[in-house]
Amino acid sequence: MPKDGGIGASSKRREDVRFLTGQGNYTDDINIHGQAHAVFVRSQVAHGTLNGVDTADAAAMPGVLRVFTGADFEGVGSIPCGWQVTDRFGEVMQEPGHPVLAQGKVRHVGDPIAVVVAETYEQARDAAEAVVPDITDLPAVVDMKAALAEGAPKVHDDLTSNLCYDWGFVEDNRDAVDAAIRGAHHVTTLELVNQRLVANPMEPRVAIGDYAPGTGDSTLYTTSQNPHVIRLLMGAFVLGIPEHKLRVVAPDVGGGFGTKIFHYAEEAFCTFAAKALKRAVKWTSTRSEAFMSDAHGRDHVTKIELALDEQGQFLALRTDTHANMGAYLSTFAPSVPTWLHGTLMAGNYKTPLIYVNVKAVFTNTVPVDAYRGAGRPEATFQLERVIDKAAREMGIDPVDLRRRNFITEFPYATPVAVEYDTGDYNATLDKLLEIADVAGFSAREAESKARGKLRGLGLNCYIEACGIAPSNLVGQLGARAGLYESATVRVNATGGLVVMTGSHSHGQGHETSFPQVISEMIGIPEDMIEIVHGDTANAPMGMGTYGSRSLAVGGSAMVRATEKIIAKAKKIAAHLMEAAEGDIELKDGQFSVAGTDKSVAWGDVTLAAYVPHNYPLEDIEPGLEETAFYDPANFTYPSGAYACEVEVDPDTGKVTIERFAAADDFGNVVNPMIVDGQVHGGLAQGIGQALLEGCSYDSDGQLISGSYMDYAMPRADDVPFYSVDHSCQTPCTHNPLGVKGCGEAGAIGSPPAVVNAVVDALQRAGHSDITHIDMPLTPARVWSAMNG
Amino acid sequence: MYDFILERPTSLDAAVALLSDEDAQALGGGQTLIPTLKQRLAQPGRLVSLTAIPGIRGICRAEDGALCIGGTTPHGEVATGATAYPALADLAGNIGDPAVRSRGTIGGSLANNDPSACYPAAALASGATIVTNDRQIAADDYFQGMFTTALEEGEIITEVRFPVPEVANYQKFEQPASRFALVGVFVAKYPDGVRVAVTGASEEGVFRWTEAEAALSANFTADALDGLSAPADGMIGDLHGTPAYRAHLIGVLTKRAVAAAS
Repeated sequence: MPKDGGIGASSKRREDVRFLTGQGNYTDDINIHGQAHAVFVRSQVAHGTLNGVDTADAAAMPGVLRVFTGADFEGVGSIPCGWQVTDRFGEVMQEPGHPVLAQGKVRHVGDPIAVVVAETYEQARDAAEAVVPDITDLPAVVDMKAALAEGAPKVHDDLTSNLCYDWGFVEDNRDAVDAAIRGAHHVTTLELVNQRLVANPMEPRVAIGDYAPGTGDSTLYTTSQNPHVIRLLMGAFVLGIPEHKLRVVAPDVGGGFGTKIFHYAEEAFCTFAAKALKRAVKWTSTRSEAFMSDAHGRDHVTKIELALDEQGQFLALRTDTHANMGAYLSTFAPSVPTWLHGTLMAGNYKTPLIYVNVKAVFTNTVPVDAYRGAGRPEATFQLERVIDKAAREMGIDPVDLRRRNFITEFPYATPVAVEYDTGDYNATLDKLLEIADVAGFSAREAESKARGKLRGLGLNCYIEACGIAPSNLVGQLGARAGLYESATVRVNATGGLVVMTGSHSHGQGHETSFPQVISEMIGIPEDMIEIVHGDTANAPMGMGTYGSRSLAVGGSAMVRATEKIIAKAKKIAAHLMEAAEGDIELKDGQFSVAGTDKSVAWGDVTLAAYVPHNYPLEDIEPGLEETAFYDPANFTYPSGAYACEVEVDPDTGKVTIERFAAADDFGNVVNPMIVDGQVHGGLAQGIGQALLEGCSYDSDGQLISGSYMDYAMPRADDVPFYSVDHSCQTPCTHNPLGVKGCGEAGAIGSPPAVVNAVVDALQRAGHSDITHIDMPLTPARVWSAMNG
Repeated sequence: MYDFILERPTSLDAAVALLSDEDAQALGGGQTLIPTLKQRLAQPGRLVSLTAIPGIRGICRAEDGALCIGGTTPHGEVATGATAYPALADLAGNIGDPAVRSRGTIGGSLANNDPSACYPAAALASGATIVTNDRQIAADDYFQGMFTTALEEGEIITEVRFPVPEVANYQKFEQPASRFALVGVFVAKYPDGVRVAVTGASEEGVFRWTEAEAALSANFTADALDGLSAPADGMIGDLHGTPAYRAHLIGVLTKRAVAAAS
C-alpha cells in the first residue's frame, strides 16, 4: 500500500506547478530598476597575444555607459581554483592565473576580452561589434599528448609546461601493481576516450550585479547550484567584498548538471561593474556563448590494464589517463580526474592492487570541470568496459566474471583509500537480470535477426561515492573548502515551519522531498512545511548541491535541526501538561504523556513558544528556531547494475536502444517518484554521451560543435521506456536518513552498458575484431568499425 | 538582430517592386532567415514578407494532373493536403518539428536550396517546374549548387508543379544533431522512366544519380541496384560522416526507397 505522505510517499512535486505554468522565477526573469546590459566580446581565436583593445568607437556609440577591458581588472583578484592537487612527487599542481577579462593573452575561443555595458541589450550588442581586439595569433595546443611534447606552445607562459600535475594513486602501490601485471596469467588492455561534453542546461547562465551606494552592499543574482560558495569565492578571492556586504541569490535555476557549481568571470564582472557604474548590470548568456564559456565535462584519454588469474580473479588494475583541464583551472577541475575518479577505480570488485596515474593538461580549449557524475563516470566506463573485454577474451560469462570478483563483506576498505559502508551487489545484479528479462534475450535476438537487425546485450555494475564529504578528509586531499551542510528550521506561532537550507534545488525536487522528511518526524502535513533555499541572506552557510549530496548531507542537517526543535518542543509540552520531559511522546503531531490520555497538539506548543504566557521562561527561551550543521562521517556509496539492449542496423550503423533496465541501491528512498525521475534523467544523459554527444575542436582550437546543428542532445525518441527499480536497499550506515543519493547514478552507470551492448551485437554478427568503439557511437563510427 | 523594416505586401506586384531595392530580402516562413538574423549573420534593411500575398498559398491539381503547391504553402499543409502525391506529403510531414512545419514554406526551402534540405530532392526527382512571378523553370535547370539556384534577385517562387509519379518514396537518414538529411534519396517512377535525386550528400547540393535512374528504369527493383555505388568524390565530409559513408548511404537509401515505393 503506497503511503500518501511522509518518507516513502510519491508526493507530487509542488514546484512543478509554477515551473509548468510559466510562474517560475529564474534569474533572467529578474529585472532591477535602472539596470544596464552587458555584452561580452570574446576571443575568436584559440591562442594569441592580446596586444591591445581599441574601444574608442564602441565607447562613443549610442547608449554605451562604459567599455571594460582587462586593464580595468588589474587590481582585482584571479578567478580562484577551489582544489589543490599534490602530484606523485609531492609537489603541488601548477596553478595559473585566471583574469576576469583577458590580460596579455587569449587562451581559448570564447575567452572574454572586453565587455560593453549599455542602456539596452541591443545597444550593448551593437557596440560590442565595434570593439577591436589587436591579437597576434599563436599556435594552439588542442591535443593533450601534443601539449605535453617537448617544445609545444605553452598555454601559460609563466608555467614550466602545459602539465598541471602528474598524479599517482596510490603511489606506494605502483611497483607492486607493475609486478602483478607482469606475472599475471592474463592481462586485458583497453585504450579509450571519454569524450568532452557540453552540459547544456535548459536555462543558460545569467548574472545580475547590483550595488546600493547608500549602504555599500553588493548583490549578485546568478544561476548557481551553490550561492554561498560563489559568495565566498568571489567575495574573498576576486573582488575583496566581505560576506556581510555581499548577498548572492540563486533563485529558480533551470538545470545545472555541475556546470553551474563554478564561479565564473561573468559573475565577478557584473558585481564589479555594478559598483563601478552604481547601476545594476545584467548579462544573459546566449546559447552560442554557453557552448564556449560554460565549463565542459569529461575529456579523458585512458589506457587501462586488468590482470586476472586462471579463474578470472582480478589481480591488479593499472590505469593511465590524460585529463584535459582546458585553458584555466575551473573551480573544482583538479579534483575530478583525481579524488573523484581514482578513488572509484575499485568499483564493485575486490581487486587487491590498483594504481592510477593521471596527467592533467592545459590546452587552448574551454575549461573542463565536474559534469553529472564527475570522475565517477570516467572510472566506471573504463573499468566496466575492460571487464567486458576480459570476459570475452577469457571465455567467461560477463555476469559470472563480475560475480566472482564482487565485494561481499562490508565495511570494505578498498586499495584506493575509501571504505564502502554497505552494499549488496549480488542483490542488485539479481534484480537487474529479472527486470531486464535477460532470459528472454535469445528470443528477441532471433526476432531482430529476422528483420535484418543485429541485437546486442550489455550489462555492467557501478558504484559511486556521493554525499561529499567529511571536511577534514577532503581538506587533506586538497579541498579549499569544507563540505558540510547547514539548515535552519524556523517554526512559526501557528505551527507551520520554514526550512532554510544550504542545499540548492535546480530540478531535484527538494521543495517536495525535504518536507516529507519533517512531516514524518513531527507528524504534520507536508503543506505546513516550506523550503527556502538559494539566498545567502536567508540560509546559514551552505555548500550547495552537487555530487548527489543534498538529501544525504543537507537532509541530514535538516534532520539534526528538527531533532533540536522536537527536543525543545517536548520541554514546552511537558510544562503545558505538568509532566516530566522524559515522559513526553510525539506522534502524529500530538504530544502526549506516556501512560496517560493527556495530550497537547503541535500547534498548542508552537503557539506557547511565541505567546509565552504559560511558559517555563526561567528554563528555556521563547521561540522555536534551530540551526544545525552536519558534516558527514564518510561518503555514501550508491551502487547498482544496468542492462541495455540495442539493435544495430548493419546497413547504416545506426544504433537504437530497444530496452534499458536499471537496478539501483540508493539506501532508503524518500520519494520514489522523484528518484525514478532522477534516474530517468541520468540515463538520458548517459545514453546521450554513449550515442550522440561530443564536443569537437579542430586542430586550430576552433569549436566545431558550437551549436545544436552539430552538437546532438538526446531527445525523447532517442531513449526507450526504462525499467527502473530501487527496491534493493542497504541503508547508509552513517547518516540519520540512511540515504545515499540518486542524482548521478543514471549518468554514471549507463554509458558502459550501451557500449557493451553495441560491441556485443557486432561480435554476435561475426565482427570478432571489434572490441571497442569510442563514444559517441554515431552511425558513421559504427559503420566505419564494421567496414574497416 | 539588427533593425529592419518589415513589409507585408498584399500583391505580387507590390512585393516585386519592394524587392527591387537591393537592401531588401524576401521572407517566407523565416525558418532559416530568422535564425540567421538573430545571429546577426545578415543585415537586410527591409524584409518583404510574402505570406500576405493572396493566391500563392494552397494545393490544387493542374489540368495535366500535376500537383500544384503555392510558394508560401507551409510544410504542414503539404503534409496533410498533398494526398495525390503521398511520398511528397510524407516528406513534408517529416521536415523539422511541428513549429517548423507550421511556418516553413516550400518556396522558402527551394529558394534557399540548403544542401541538406528535403524539398530539393522531391522537386528534382519529380522533374517539377518552379513557377516564379516571371517565368517557369525546370527543376533540372533550377538547382545550381549549394545555396545557389536559377532565381534572379527579387524573383519570387509562386508555385511548384509536381508531375505525379506512378510510385515514389523518400528516405531520409537524419544527421543526429540537426536532424536535417545527412543523406536523403527521393525515387520517383514515371511512365517514361525513373528519377533519383539525392540531398544532403554532395558538396554541389542536390543531384540526380543517373546510373541508378538507368538501372531502375530498366528494372524497378532494389536488386537492380546491386553492384552500383555512388562515388565518394565530391561528397561532404564532416563531423557526422565521411564522404565514403555518405556515398554508401546513397546506395542503401535508394534501395530502401525503391523497396518502399514498389
